[in-house]
Amino acid sequence: MATAALDSLPAPLRSLRLKTKQQELLLRVSALALIYVLAFAVRLFSVLRYESMIHEFDPYFNYRTTLFLSEHGFSEFWNWFDSESWYPLGRVVGGTLFPGLMVTAALLHRLLRALSLAVHIREVCVLTAPFFAANTTLVAYAFGREIWDSGAGLVAAALIAICPGYISRSVAGSYDNEGVAIFALLLTFYFFVRAVNTGSLAWALASAFGYFYMVSAWGGYVFIINLLPLYVLVLLVTGRYSQRLYVAYNCMYVLGMLLAMQIRFVGFQHVQSGEHMAAMGVFFLLQVFFFLDWVKYLLNDARLFKSFLRITLTCVITVGALALGIGTASGLYFCFKRLSDATIFIVMYGLTTTIKNLTTLVRTKGKSPQTASGKATGSKAAAKGAVDQSLPFQHNAAIALLLGAFYLLSRYAVHCTWVTSEAYSSPSIVLAARGHNGGRVIFDDYREAYYWLRQNTPPDAKIMSWWDYGYQITAMGNRTVIVDNNTWNNTHIATVGRAMSSYEDEAYEIMQSLDVNYVLVVFGGVTGYSSDDINKFLWMVRIGGGVFPVIKEPDYLVNGEYRIDKGAAPKMLNCLMYKLCYYRFGELTTEYGKPPGYDRVRGVEIGNKDIKLEYLEEAFTTSNWIVRIYKVKPPKNRS
Amino acid sequence: MATQPPPPRRVAALLLVLVLVLVLVLVASASASASATSADLVVTRADRRVDLTSHIVRVLTSLKVENIGPEAASQVLLAFPNVQAKNLAAIRAFGMEGKVKGPSTVLPIEVVQPSGVPPELTFFSASLSKALEKGKILHMDVLTVFTHSLQPFPEEITQAESQLVVYQDSAHYLSPYPVKVQTLSIRLPGGRVESYTKYPNTKLAESELKYGPFEDRPPFSYSPMVVHFENNNPFAVAKEVIREIEISHWGNVQITEHYNIVHGGAKLKGEFSRIDYQSRPYVRGVSSFRHLIARLPPRAHSIYYRDEIGNISTSHMWSDSKKTQLEVEPRFPLFGGWQTTFTIGYGLPLQDFVFNSDGKRFLNITFGSPVEEILIENLIVKVVLPEGSKDIDVSVPFPAKQWKEVKYSHLDTSGRPVVVLEKPDVIPEHNLYFQVHYRFNNISVLREPMMLITGFFLLFMACIVYMHTDLSISKNSPSYLAKVQWDEVQNITQQIQAIFERCLALHDKLEASLRDLSRSGDVQSCKAARKAADAQFKELAKELKPLLTSLHSSPQSYQIWPKVEDLVAKERELQEKLMARHSTVVDSFEKKLRGQDVENRIATQQQKVAALRQEVESLLEYINSSRFPVDNPEAD
Repeated sequence: MATAALDSLPAPLRSLRLKTKQQELLLRVSALALIYVLAFAVRLFSVLRYESMIHEFDPYFNYRTTLFLSEHGFSEFWNWFDSESWYPLGRVVGGTLFPGLMVTAALLHRLLRALSLAVHIREVCVLTAPFFAANTTLVAYAFGREIWDSGAGLVAAALIAICPGYISRSVAGSYDNEGVAIFALLLTFYFFVRAVNTGSLAWALASAFGYFYMVSAWGGYVFIINLLPLYVLVLLVTGRYSQRLYVAYNCMYVLGMLLAMQIRFVGFQHVQSGEHMAAMGVFFLLQVFFFLDWVKYLLNDARLFKSFLRITLTCVITVGALALGIGTASGLYFCFKRLSDATIFIVMYGLTTTIKNLTTLVRTKGKSPQTASGKATGSKAAAKGAVDQSLPFQHNAAIALLLGAFYLLSRYAVHCTWVTSEAYSSPSIVLAARGHNGGRVIFDDYREAYYWLRQNTPPDAKIMSWWDYGYQITAMGNRTVIVDNNTWNNTHIATVGRAMSSYEDEAYEIMQSLDVNYVLVVFGGVTGYSSDDINKFLWMVRIGGGVFPVIKEPDYLVNGEYRIDKGAAPKMLNCLMYKLCYYRFGELTTEYGKPPGYDRVRGVEIGNKDIKLEYLEEAFTTSNWIVRIYKVKPPKNRS
Repeated sequence: MATQPPPPRRVAALLLVLVLVLVLVLVASASASASATSADLVVTRADRRVDLTSHIVRVLTSLKVENIGPEAASQVLLAFPNVQAKNLAAIRAFGMEGKVKGPSTVLPIEVVQPSGVPPELTFFSASLSKALEKGKILHMDVLTVFTHSLQPFPEEITQAESQLVVYQDSAHYLSPYPVKVQTLSIRLPGGRVESYTKYPNTKLAESELKYGPFEDRPPFSYSPMVVHFENNNPFAVAKEVIREIEISHWGNVQITEHYNIVHGGAKLKGEFSRIDYQSRPYVRGVSSFRHLIARLPPRAHSIYYRDEIGNISTSHMWSDSKKTQLEVEPRFPLFGGWQTTFTIGYGLPLQDFVFNSDGKRFLNITFGSPVEEILIENLIVKVVLPEGSKDIDVSVPFPAKQWKEVKYSHLDTSGRPVVVLEKPDVIPEHNLYFQVHYRFNNISVLREPMMLITGFFLLFMACIVYMHTDLSISKNSPSYLAKVQWDEVQNITQQIQAIFERCLALHDKLEASLRDLSRSGDVQSCKAARKAADAQFKELAKELKPLLTSLHSSPQSYQIWPKVEDLVAKERELQEKLMARHSTVVDSFEKKLRGQDVENRIATQQQKVAALRQEVESLLEYINSSRFPVDNPEAD
């Protein structure tokens, strides 16, 4: 039809008619551009439904460090000792993080500034993950093209653009390492496969740099450094050893290792720890293969070479097998252990089979537009003639199959979009619920509390809370915390757990020794928000008890059952956490027809309604009671 | 001192000092007044109305001034004790001459330091537009606004307590002139009055405290009075407000206001209990406030309300043709001493605020913040003019510090000129219009879009140039040659393909002619079609020949060549079969055979043709769609 329309154009315009090759290129490029836009746009649901903000827990730390980096420069950042967390220990931030994400965002910010676009670093951080997800589709396309053909590349790009597992880690605001790391992961794989295919040193080098970027961005780099050797090993076992493989792997491994060791958080682990051994084993194995090749070349005689092999192999194999056995075992182990991280890669491989089917389909399909246009332009007789053609059912079946596949794929796309907008776009700082009349109710209690801390406590106040909220308190509340999500010091966390599970007077001593000024607890009993501190409390007891045997889990349980009502254990009813969560809760009617003090999460009436605080006082409680902050009173005067 | 609420003892001490000062003043006054006033003015009536309903104190003094001296008076002096004067945020005087009230004129006011007056007093002089002749009477209204004049007492209260404040003033009007008759009435917000200074003629009715009338007071009379009362109105004090007005000649005036707000009343002591607050907010939390109201200009749009950690969802808006009312609720209620910061932003239509006057443009917009009853301790107004504005000058109706800055925003090269105005103690009375005049060329509006267009144009140009230039260093490296050859092979293949497509189209034409024949029985036209087709087939074969030879000779074609060869053979066969069938049919028609017989004769041919056609098509498809891996010799 289109050709017909073009034919009817005047002569000068007809010269604009593209060649098939150009048409194909245009189609491919525009499809890819659409996929790129789709991958970016689908991740913006969180901004539309909520706002442009950083999500969850860890991203707040990343955001805070990025802010520091963009304000103070790289060397300050690299040497940053953060005294605002892990009070009184502090944290050496530069040596305990993967800086890839922050550096990326700061560079993007600087680039935008250089282009005289006055954007705030927060917006850059919020959009980093979607931007990289969009770039990932390009890599997926290139990868698909490398493995199969450009059609497969396009399908791979489209599927990775809307793959829910990936979306959940890369929506706007989810400013976490995975956001850039999955891009780096796929890029490294692509470069490596390319290097193996071409034997080009340049691609191997690119792959080493891709690996370096991955190492700088995420601890998941271990996946690469185990999967690549596995891949090489499979190639070796199937007898596909070649010069190309040798060049690709050696260059990638040696350079990648040297580069990776520049990241302080990795350092010498790269040559010492067990999870990196597979790569080293395969490296040596490749040298053996090369050596054998060389010997074969030198001896230039099959019989001589065989006898040489017999002698050497017995030694080499016993030694090599030992090393390799350990290496590959750990590699395999990692592949399975990191199964969730590998979703994308597995999807990729799952894809190639789908792609294979699809391309066959596309081939059959290729005819259908032609016949369709033939039918449209030709007469009825022509149609009759077409029916006379042999194998009519094959044709119909292909169309049916095609429609089926199209239907399934479009359902999948719709499903992904729906899932993204409903499930993955919540920032989990702002909670949304449906009200009685169907309207959206927003619970913004976390920010209410953090902002109260930021504005109305002394700048050097120390806040004690369970570690989950540490990053958020430092980033949004701008106050010093005792423990945070970094969880590097178990004893410190156990101390906080111990304080939370002790009686108030004992806890007061612990808090005094830690210079605590405020205690923050999260409580969902009023709203029915179930991930609150009472539900996490047993972990505090366990972790506290793990270091301090004074705390015993059975003391908080009744017949092995965790209760908070009248039948609860006495220690439970009087420990600090219980008191802080339920202070004056007994006076509140939460649900119509239920007694006052009815906890909507646990679905029971609380057991201790008469809570008196001696050493602490309520400083602030948010409007839905989700966050409660208590002030630690100064010690009493000696009388 | 002003910001700190005085404890009772300090209040007493202050009063004592004041009294002492005034005694001194009074002693000195006899000699001083003569030199200070230079004209013999008498205040025949002074009525003062003090409004204490909010935390900003407004005093409206109506004076009737008579000139009894021989000389004409050109100014009227107004005196304030220094403790009051330092809290004075605004003073305005309006004068009307004559017995009946006529149109009033604004009298310019300035600080003066008359000789021989005690240093504890600050004098303002209101200059009269026309000198006051002997015996003439001047009606004068003086509006004075004081900040920080209500001291919370006690300084700290619990959540459930009401806020009590102390106000101090003089029961008598402090004036350098003798005052014949005077009254003072103080409007209180209602609620409890703890205590007040009692003089003769003092009356407290409803929420109004009245002093006077007092008669025939000498100059500089001062009798301290104190009232201690309940005031729970929001003591919203902004430590600093930065108001940025950005003009875009694309049709928008964008306003961004950063607030840092403190509850300036009695500090909260002890706990804040949410349950008390939420069950009875107007009892257990009476001194706090939970929202502020901003009255934005009409047609304000794209309003947002956020702070450093994100959007604040608690705000409401109403708008009609006269105003836009925005109710902003901070994240938490503000109790005494609590503070919060937030940002409000909104856009306004350009034509409502920027006008043209003789070649220049000017912005005409209000100075202060749109938030009601807020005291701003330091207000910074930044007017960001579009890039390329020149000849900037500012006219502000009151003194304000001003300087210039440059701001870089999206796509700026030379930066936008910014006029910065800074003024301490800004109250709603300062919400006056001010003007910024500037010159701006309309063409400059297009600068940034042009920049973008040029940028993208250059980018695309660069891409085109890159695609069309050969950047390889060595022109005879094997990889380069291979690539060139490969391109050639692809080119030839494409041409061959086109020829075969045309062949197939010819086949279709022949088939069509057969169908026409069976319908119309016109043997002649069918033969003609056959003839034309034959000629064309020959032509195509001629075209094909050189292409095939060059393809065959190319070293890159070793993979595609067999397929092409196959294609050529198959097509030839197909062509033969087709021709044969065509001949058979035409022949049968000429012999006038029955349709059934014709069908039988060509049935086998028909099947073969269809099968061949399919084969040819799939071969073409294959050639079209397959990617041929190129051996990529390593670059040397």
